[in-house]
Amino acid sequence: MSTENGLKSGSNLEKILKAGHFAFTGELGPPRGTDAAVIREKAAFLKGNVDAVNITDNQTAMVRMSSWAACLLLLQEGLEPNYQMVCRDRNRLAMQSDILGASALGIRNILCLSGDHQKFGDHPQAKGVFDIDSMQLIGMIKQMRDEGTFLSGAEIAAPPKLFIGAAANPFADPFEWRVFRLEKKITAGADFIQTQCIYNMKKFKEWLSLADDMGLTEKTRILAGVTPMKSVGMARYMQSNVPGMDVPEEIVKRLQGVGKGKVAEEGIKIACEQIEELKEMKGVAGVHLMAIEWEHKVPEITERAGMLPRPTID
Amino acid sequence: MIVAKRKPFEEIKKMLEGYKRVLNVGCGTCVSVCLAGGEKEVAVLNAEIDMVRRLEKDPVELGELTVERQCDREYLAQLDDKVDDYDAIVSMACGVGVQFLAERFPHIPVFPAVDTCGLAVNLSVGRYAERCRSCNDCILGLTGGICPVTMCAKGLYNGPCGGSHKGSCEIGADQPCAWNQIYERLSRQNRLDDIRKLTPAAEWKDQVPRTLIQPGYEKL
Repeated sequence: MSTENGLKSGSNLEKILKAGHFAFTGELGPPRGTDAAVIREKAAFLKGNVDAVNITDNQTAMVRMSSWAACLLLLQEGLEPNYQMVCRDRNRLAMQSDILGASALGIRNILCLSGDHQKFGDHPQAKGVFDIDSMQLIGMIKQMRDEGTFLSGAEIAAPPKLFIGAAANPFADPFEWRVFRLEKKITAGADFIQTQCIYNMKKFKEWLSLADDMGLTEKTRILAGVTPMKSVGMARYMQSNVPGMDVPEEIVKRLQGVGKGKVAEEGIKIACEQIEELKEMKGVAGVHLMAIEWEHKVPEITERAGMLPRPTID
Repeated sequence: MIVAKRKPFEEIKKMLEGYKRVLNVGCGTCVSVCLAGGEKEVAVLNAEIDMVRRLEKDPVELGELTVERQCDREYLAQLDDKVDDYDAIVSMACGVGVQFLAERFPHIPVFPAVDTCGLAVNLSVGRYAERCRSCNDCILGLTGGICPVTMCAKGLYNGPCGGSHKGSCEIGADQPCAWNQIYERLSRQNRLDDIRKLTPAAEWKDQVPRTLIQPGYEKL
């Protein structure tokens, strides 16, 4: 089922991808407190520079302001949110009710994730829910939107309108299975994909080419993940401590090579080069920029990467 | 088998505060095999309790008895004429045994001396690894004989997640990624098509207390 104009959700992101533009999305992590100003300040740096903004859902299993609430604050600032939802913290009842609420508030994009294990967060003794997994979450939202029924089969009065996203990590193992997992997410209903941050471009290309061979790049829209490195320490941390991250030694060496005070600039330079390269890559429909706690650098990166002005579609 | 681990002594001691005559009941089946609550462990715990309570000038009269199985009425019957000599019972059986004992003797407080850890295999003497969560809806036929409900830290039905790294789970290098193992086994058996299809959301059958009646035994 789609709306009269042939759109599934009518989100800006959906329209931009449908029109064939190279999409550019950003990310914003809600605060560990109630200060809405934090969101507004971060949003100001993103406004006009990205097509939609991912709002993380208790990322790294740390308690933060709820994703839907931060999405609403973003809507009030005139930005389009991409509501992230993880399977770790909610069962199917809570998920479906939050999905209805999100759609009612005007949220039109949703990204379905498993969620980092609770062990990593500030409540490692919490019970992980995982009532359904990310694959099943994608399918459930598609069912709610397209068939107008809950997972149980009961009818929904006014079904949600959402552009459904999923994550893909080409750098996780087993590598050969990753493209089949992508296929599975597309079959479940993923309209778009956002990938893990790419540092190993060679491996990303290999994955993309396998996806392309299977015709998957025609069936969904892949947004490639980019995260600028702020420091050598961050690069080292991501290299050894962040699950599913592949940071080749050459990236670390390049950052080390520029000397003190210039590392951040080099990190931005690498990110811009990556965006330039991804822009020309067959099968890549856009970039997802995750400037972690570096939102104020987004205007500069967007400008330098030649991503401005962002297209507007009525 | 069901595996269990003895509770810290301090915890057991605290539960027994104020009781002067305590019967410690072991179980001769699972917890005996996994070295947590059999005859030997009953004797060791009683020796500890006896020594500490004597030192604290609060002696306790202790009895000990290990039955074949605490989850079977037939074996609990032998306790019927003994329990009234005591004002508390300690059970070294799994949670099932503790409850069955408490149910049979509702007038006497029953305290657990072990924490029940799960359904596990015996890796070597004293080492056990969990393999089953008794979810009541076995999918091992689909997953190459490796249970993702138990062995995947997120219990995913459609794994592996993005945290699978070089065969390990994101929670730690020591924990194998169950879905990586499933992938490898099914790959070897040319059965990967089984997991290319979406496995639908589980219909949890373990969310209410379960009673099992085998076919043919309905009226007994």
